[in-house]
Amino acid sequence: MGLFILRRLVIMILTGLCLTFLVFSLTNLYPNLEKLAKTQGNFRMSDEEVTSYLDRNGYLQPMFVKYGEWLGVVPSYRHENADGTIQGRCIRPGMAPEDSPEFCGVLQGNWGFSTVFKDDVGSIISTRLSLTGKLMFWVMVVMVPSALILGVLAGMREGSKTDRGLSTIAITTTATPEYVSGVILIAVFASSTVGLKWFKGTATSAMDSANFENFALPVITIALYGMGYIARMTRASMAEVMTAQYIRTARLKGVSFPNIVMKHALRNALIAPFTVIMLQFPWLLNGVVIVETLFNYKGFGWTLVQAAGNNDIELLLGVSVVSVFVVLITQLISDIGYVYLNPRISVS
Amino acid sequence: MEPLSWLEILTRIFIQFMPVWVAMVVLFTLSVVYKRRLGLYGKLFDSTIGMIGFSLVMFWVFTGIFGAFDLIITHDPLSQVSGMKNKVPGTPITGADSETYPYYLFGGDNLARDVFSRMVKGAWVVVQIAPLATLFAFMVGITLGLPAGYYGGKLDTFLSFLANLILAFPVILLFYLLVTPEIVDTGIPSYMAMVLFVFPIIFVAVLLNSRYRTQPSVRTPLLIGVLGVMGWLYLSLISQPGTALKILPDAIDLFNLQGGILVVFVSVVFVNSPTVFRIVRGLAMDIKTRDYVAAAQTRGERPWYIMLWEILPNARGPLIVDFCLRIGYTTILLGTLGFFGLGLPPESPDWGTTINDGRRLLQIYLHPAIVPAVALLSMVLGLNLLADGLREESLRD
Repeated sequence: MGLFILRRLVIMILTGLCLTFLVFSLTNLYPNLEKLAKTQGNFRMSDEEVTSYLDRNGYLQPMFVKYGEWLGVVPSYRHENADGTIQGRCIRPGMAPEDSPEFCGVLQGNWGFSTVFKDDVGSIISTRLSLTGKLMFWVMVVMVPSALILGVLAGMREGSKTDRGLSTIAITTTATPEYVSGVILIAVFASSTVGLKWFKGTATSAMDSANFENFALPVITIALYGMGYIARMTRASMAEVMTAQYIRTARLKGVSFPNIVMKHALRNALIAPFTVIMLQFPWLLNGVVIVETLFNYKGFGWTLVQAAGNNDIELLLGVSVVSVFVVLITQLISDIGYVYLNPRISVS
Repeated sequence: MEPLSWLEILTRIFIQFMPVWVAMVVLFTLSVVYKRRLGLYGKLFDSTIGMIGFSLVMFWVFTGIFGAFDLIITHDPLSQVSGMKNKVPGTPITGADSETYPYYLFGGDNLARDVFSRMVKGAWVVVQIAPLATLFAFMVGITLGLPAGYYGGKLDTFLSFLANLILAFPVILLFYLLVTPEIVDTGIPSYMAMVLFVFPIIFVAVLLNSRYRTQPSVRTPLLIGVLGVMGWLYLSLISQPGTALKILPDAIDLFNLQGGILVVFVSVVFVNSPTVFRIVRGLAMDIKTRDYVAAAQTRGERPWYIMLWEILPNARGPLIVDFCLRIGYTTILLGTLGFFGLGLPPESPDWGTTINDGRRLLQIYLHPAIVPAVALLSMVLGLNLLADGLREESLRD
C-alpha cells in the first residue's frame, strides 16, 4: 500500500510539473507579454520600448529558465539599470539588493504580484479559495445525500415506475448545464417582474454573510448538474448489487426488503459512487466558474475569469496551479479510497 | 396593432415551424414503416424514451437546417428594429411594411434583435459544429485508443499519461488559454488543428489498407482516390488566410471557415478526445481477450486488421451510445464558450452567447436569456434520452 501511494504521488508531481509548465509557457507567449508591457507601461509604447521593458523584467530569458525562476529552483533574474540600481523579481521596493533572497518562487511561498488586484497573489488566492470553499461545502452537503438517495431508490427495484421516474429526473439534471439551470432558476425564483421572488438573483452579499435567501440559488445550480451523474452511477451500482447471489440468499432467508437494502446492499453499492464523487471535482470546478460569474460571487472561479480576461499572468498561473493540484489530489484520494473500500482489489 | 396573446404566439410559432413538422412526419412515417429492416436505428422506435429523445434531436436538426436556408426565421438575426429593445414576446412592430413579419414572436433582446430568429439560427451553429467535432474526437480517440489497449506496455503508459494530463486540466482554463486572441495570433490553435485533423486520414487509410492489403489491385487505386480527396479537404480546412498556416493558394482552397469557428472546433475536439481515448482503450483491453480475437491471431491476421475489423465492430454498442452523449456534452461546451464570450464573434446567434447577453438584464427581462436556455436544454436532453434508448435497445440483443 505504501509503495502504491508513493508511486501515485510521484506520477502526480510529474503531472503537476508538466501541466504548470504548459500553463506557464502558454501565458508567457510573446503576444501576452507584449500586452502586459503595454498595460503596465502605456499603450503607445514602441516595439523597442516593449523589448526593453521585457528585458528589464527578465521576460526575455529562455522559457525553461523563467519557469525555474517562477518555481524557485533557479536564482532569480537581476537587471542593472543605467543609473546603477539593480532591480529583480526578488527585490521588493525598499529592499537593498544584497539583502534580498537568491530564490523566490512558488516553492519559497512567493506567488508573485497581481496586476489587476494590486495585491499579492498568495493572499488573493487564499481569500478567494476560502469563499469558494464555503460554496463547495454547501454544494456537497446538498448534492451528495440527495444524489445517493435518488440513486438508491431508483436502483433498488430496477425497471419499476419509481426507477423510470427518478432516472428521467437524473437524466434531465445532467442535460442542464449550470448556465442554463442558473438562468431558469433565477427566472422562476428571483425575477423581479414575474416569478416567486423567494431568493436573490445575486450572491454578492453571501460573501460576508451567507444565508438561505442569497446562497440557495448558486448552491442548487451547481448541485443539480453534478447530482444527476452521481445518481445514475449509484443507480447502476445498486442495480448490480441487487442481482447478486447474497442478496437472493438474504431474501430467501426471509429478511425484509428495507433491511436488505439498508444492511446488505448499501455498503457494497456505495463503492463506485465514492470514486465518482471524487472525480466530480474537476467538473465542479467548471460549475464554480460559471456559477460565480453568473451570480457575481467573487470567489476562486470569478478570480480565474478576471485573471484570464485581463491578462494577469502571475495570478492566472497561481489559479491554475491550485486548480490543477485540487484535481490531482482528488484523483489520488479517489484511487486510494477505492482500493481501501473494495476488498476485491489488491495493489500488490 | 394589439400585442399577441400567448395562444396566438404559440399558433404563429407552430405555423413558422411548418417545414420542420412536415420533415419530421415524413421521417417518422418512413422509419416506423420500415423499422424492421433498419437494424439498431429501427429498434429505436420500439422504446418510448428513445423515440422522445430522437424527436427532440431531429426537431433541432431540421430547425437548424431549414433555418440556414432562411425558411423558419421571421427576421434577420442581426438586424435591429428601432423601438423593439427588450420588448416582451408578441409585440407588434410599429410601422412595419408588408414585406416584414409584423411581430417579434419571442420579443426583442437588448439590441432590439428578434429573439425567435436568433434561436433558430443558433440551432444551426450547434448542428454544424457539435456532431462533426464529436466525430473528429472519436477519430482521434479510436486511432490512439485501439493500439494503446491492444498492445499495452510502454505505448499505453505514455498515451494514458498524456490523456490524464489533459483530463486533469480544468476545461474552462484550457479554453481561456487557447481561445484568447493573443494565442490565436501565435498560431497555436492552427498547429493543433494540423495535428488533430490528420487523425481521420490516418484512420481511414489504416482501415482500408488493413482490409484490402491482400488485393493490391483494389487497394492502391482506392487508397489513392480516398486519400487524395481527404488530403485536399484537410489542406483546405487547415489553411486559412490571415493565420499562421497558409499552405494552399486561394484558387484551390475549397473553403474557409468564418471567424473563430476553427479555433472553437479545435478546442472542443481537443477536450473531448482524451475521454474517448480512455473509453476505447478500456473496450479494446476487454475485447482482446475474446476467442474470436485469438482465432484471428491464429489465422495470422495483422494487428491493425484485428483492431479495426475485429475489435472495433464489437465495441460499437457502447461507442454509439457514448457518441450521442458526447454530442450533448459538446453542445454544452459550445454553450460554455459562448457564455464566456470566447472564440465565436460577439454578435453570433449561438445559444451560449445569447444567454450571456441576456443574463445581464435577467432580473427584469426574462425572454432574451430563457428562450436559448430552454432550446439548449431540450436539445441536450433529447440527446441524453436518445442515448438511453439506444443503450436499452442495444443491450436487448
